[in-house]
Amino acid sequence: MGLPTGRLAVWWVIASEIVIFGGLLGSYIMYRLSHDAWAEQAAVTNTLAGAFNTFVLLTSSLSAVLAHRAAEQGDGRKAARMLYFTVLGGGVFLVVKSFEWGYEISHGYTLASNLFWSFYYTAAGLHALHVIAGMVIMLFVARTAARNEELQRVENIGLYWHFVDLVWIFLFPLLYIAK
Amino acid sequence: MPSWFMQQASSFAPDVDNLILLITVIVGVWFVAAEAIFFWLIWKFRARDGVKAQYVAGETPREKRWVSWPHYAVLVFDILILVVALRVWNDIKISAPPPEERIRVVAQQWAWTFQHAGPDGELDTADDIRTVDDMHVEVGKTYYFDLHSRDVLHSFSVPVFRLKQDAVPGRSITGWFRPTVTGEFDIQCAEICGIGHGLMPARIIVATPDEHQAWLSAAASGAVPAVTAGAAPGTAVVARAEGDGQ
Amino acid sequence: MSGHAAAHADHGHHHQSFFQKYLWSTDHKVIGMQYLFTGMLMALIGGFTVYVFRMQLAFPGESVPLWGTVTASDYNSLVTMHGSIMIFWVAMPVLIAAFGNFLIPLMLGCDDMVFPKLNRLSYQIFLISVLVILSSFFVPGGPFGGAWTAYPPLSADPAYNATPWGATLWLVAVALEFVAFLLGGINFVTTAMNSRAPGMKMFDVPIVIWMIVLASLVFMASVGPLIAGAVMLFFDQRLGTGFFDPAAGGDPVLWQHLFWFFGHPEVYVVLLPALGIVAEVMTTFSRKKLFAYKTVVFTAIATSIISFFVWAHHQFVAGIDPRMAGLFTVTTLIISVPIAEMMFVYIATLYGGSIRLTTAMLWALAFIAEFLIGGVTGIFLGAAGADVYFHDTYFVLAHFHYTFFPIAFIGTFAGLSYWFPKMFGRMMNETLGKIHFWGTVIGFNLIFIPLFLTGSGGDHRRIFDYSLFPELEYLQPLRILATVGLLILIAFQPVFIYNFINSMFRGKVAEANPWRANTLEWVAPSPPPHGNFAEMPVVYRGPYEYSVEGRDEDYWPQNVPGDAPGEPAGQSAGQVA
Repeated sequence: MGLPTGRLAVWWVIASEIVIFGGLLGSYIMYRLSHDAWAEQAAVTNTLAGAFNTFVLLTSSLSAVLAHRAAEQGDGRKAARMLYFTVLGGGVFLVVKSFEWGYEISHGYTLASNLFWSFYYTAAGLHALHVIAGMVIMLFVARTAARNEELQRVENIGLYWHFVDLVWIFLFPLLYIAK
Repeated sequence: MPSWFMQQASSFAPDVDNLILLITVIVGVWFVAAEAIFFWLIWKFRARDGVKAQYVAGETPREKRWVSWPHYAVLVFDILILVVALRVWNDIKISAPPPEERIRVVAQQWAWTFQHAGPDGELDTADDIRTVDDMHVEVGKTYYFDLHSRDVLHSFSVPVFRLKQDAVPGRSITGWFRPTVTGEFDIQCAEICGIGHGLMPARIIVATPDEHQAWLSAAASGAVPAVTAGAAPGTAVVARAEGDGQ
Repeated sequence: MSGHAAAHADHGHHHQSFFQKYLWSTDHKVIGMQYLFTGMLMALIGGFTVYVFRMQLAFPGESVPLWGTVTASDYNSLVTMHGSIMIFWVAMPVLIAAFGNFLIPLMLGCDDMVFPKLNRLSYQIFLISVLVILSSFFVPGGPFGGAWTAYPPLSADPAYNATPWGATLWLVAVALEFVAFLLGGINFVTTAMNSRAPGMKMFDVPIVIWMIVLASLVFMASVGPLIAGAVMLFFDQRLGTGFFDPAAGGDPVLWQHLFWFFGHPEVYVVLLPALGIVAEVMTTFSRKKLFAYKTVVFTAIATSIISFFVWAHHQFVAGIDPRMAGLFTVTTLIISVPIAEMMFVYIATLYGGSIRLTTAMLWALAFIAEFLIGGVTGIFLGAAGADVYFHDTYFVLAHFHYTFFPIAFIGTFAGLSYWFPKMFGRMMNETLGKIHFWGTVIGFNLIFIPLFLTGSGGDHRRIFDYSLFPELEYLQPLRILATVGLLILIAFQPVFIYNFINSMFRGKVAEANPWRANTLEWVAPSPPPHGNFAEMPVVYRGPYEYSVEGRDEDYWPQNVPGDAPGEPAGQSAGQVA
């Protein structure tokens, strides 16, 4: 067929994740449309933090692209550096998130306190798990790439990271902007 | 086909049965033809010494016709069934004649409670009659039912009416029926609702106007207890389970 | 890939321990067998559950041998486990993972799947899911009793379902099974796309491979929303959320949509591989090309796509907008068209054939005969106006057993009888095979024809004792007859088990291509060694060139080069390329 197997596999993973998040977010949208009262709850989410996190993830996707470019040029060490930067972006994202959640939980907005928050924590939590998984894999790929080995994996993990970013692009307006 | 087993006791039961009959005839003919051709081909082309099989790719239009013409015919019959099915569905679930009386059906783990309109003919008034596991209606009258659930999903099924509607907690779902035959019939729960799913049979009693009036007066005056002895819904079920008559 | 196999054989694997060779292997054939044996064991358990509850239905209240008295709670757990086990832990692992793993590399002419370690991981996750669901038999409250459809609020609140541990274990087991199959799918799709033997174009690929790949794609595209739903249900069960709780603003019907959005395509996920197996067997034993191969492929694709648009026919009376129900009646009746076409094409394949009724062929033909019943009875259910009566009755149950049993069992028996020589290097006993066949088919029909009748008579599903319904009492003889049919069916299965196990060790030694078939798996030795082929095959034609005019032989394997000038026509230039 022509597509290298590694990339095909990543696309398969991305496709199955799209359907999972699609189902979750689709359900959320259906509920949101019929629950005007949720606006009151949604007002509490920290739009500034969300916007900052969006910027962080987008930047980290940029460094993932730069990593891919370096890998294509055969510069494994530069690719690794760019990947580490991406991981750093993910780390910042998670730190901001933990401050957000800390604030929200300590003010009584928990998983079970309201159906809006059930969706909020479930969707953002599932996304965060994918961020963490991506970071871990990226560290392994970076370590190998620094030795100029398996450089094609840089593109593959980059693809996955762009997907994680894309999910956040949907989550941000749904959870933070729609108030 | 259901009419072989279950009598038709509502105004739309014959429509449902006629639809089923239509499907049976159409599908039956195709089924018999397909199986007949299938078995005939097995017999006709069984392996015989010295006879080689033919090389038929099925790619030329002439060959494909043997499959594509039947497949278009299937489509035509599907459309016919579709038209009739949608009409029957519409009559039962979408458009309903104006109601003459309303009745409330409440499902719970594991019994049915019915709220009848009482002598004044109005639901949700002081003279409403509440019963457990016995539903009383008048033959020939058009009823709207409001279906509720107190806990999990249940389903209000009256086979002789060819009627079924799931009861969803948190919702009031409306349906309709008009009984056409007097008698006592089964009500079944048609959605698994826990351990007692098979232990919540109920009965619908379709009475003539006089009989129904008599029941109304007796129930309203207290001569017949509105709720079967024991009051708690489970007791009626237990009583029935122990063979305490219908 | 060609030089790879030769080098592969010299890996130095000859001193592998039992553990390395059979339990920790990455070889696709071993993994396929792991799935097969696990699935077969689970079938015994799934079969035991139905034995118990059908005995209860035939003789209500009486103690069932090997179980005891069946309480109402037992009954709900048994039917739940029966359905869940048969679909998730028998049909899927055997049809997709066992046959898929075993056949795909062999039929494509390569030495293994693209990601062997991922393949092994997928089986291991699957095995964990098996252990989780089996563990639910031993927890307080017993296994989950909310039906395999697990509708909330019943499934979300232990106060309602009385199986608190079982409910969560069920959910975890199903989720793990989904992950296992998502991982497995990666291999099927990438291997089929990238590892075909040189010369094998897309339409030279055997139909069973097409079907398994399509099934993997449909599974992947449909399971996502249910995974999301499963997370939500888990949170409802354990963390106090109310996704499906009206009191919290949730909606029980949402689960139904998420479930059936997967649940309906799922039936095609298992149907397609079974159809694929039947095609391979039918072509080989009628010595005929598959009629309109391309039509079969396109019809399978069309069916797969339409299958995503019919799901709410399971919810006609569930409280959805009745106008939406009308829409789903349209799509559901439409899907009967490509399926009918598939049946016609298979029947047409028999025309002009030279049909040999081996055990495998008997099973393949029985699939068609029985699946036709399942297919036509679906029309009654897809037509919403009729479904008002039939929904939740035994008519539905008989319909889906006339589809599922052919899929999961008849298709499997066809495949096992056919590929047994390749898998184990020995032949199964044909006489025992035929005895097993007739006993099974007769028993099967004896179970479900009475159940069509009881369903039409008003028997609702998941009721453990009908004696509380006066209108249904007279149907008891039919219920007993169905149970008798089941006992007959069960009685004949030891014949298969004996034949299977005995033949593995003492069957007649099989040659590479005992059925004189065309596809590449028959080029490899029986059984194939690690690496499969001594030399990777090259493909010259499609998989069904049987009875080609002008040739002496009535088959023409894919890897045999075309006739060179001067060579007599039809001389197969040696089996092994």
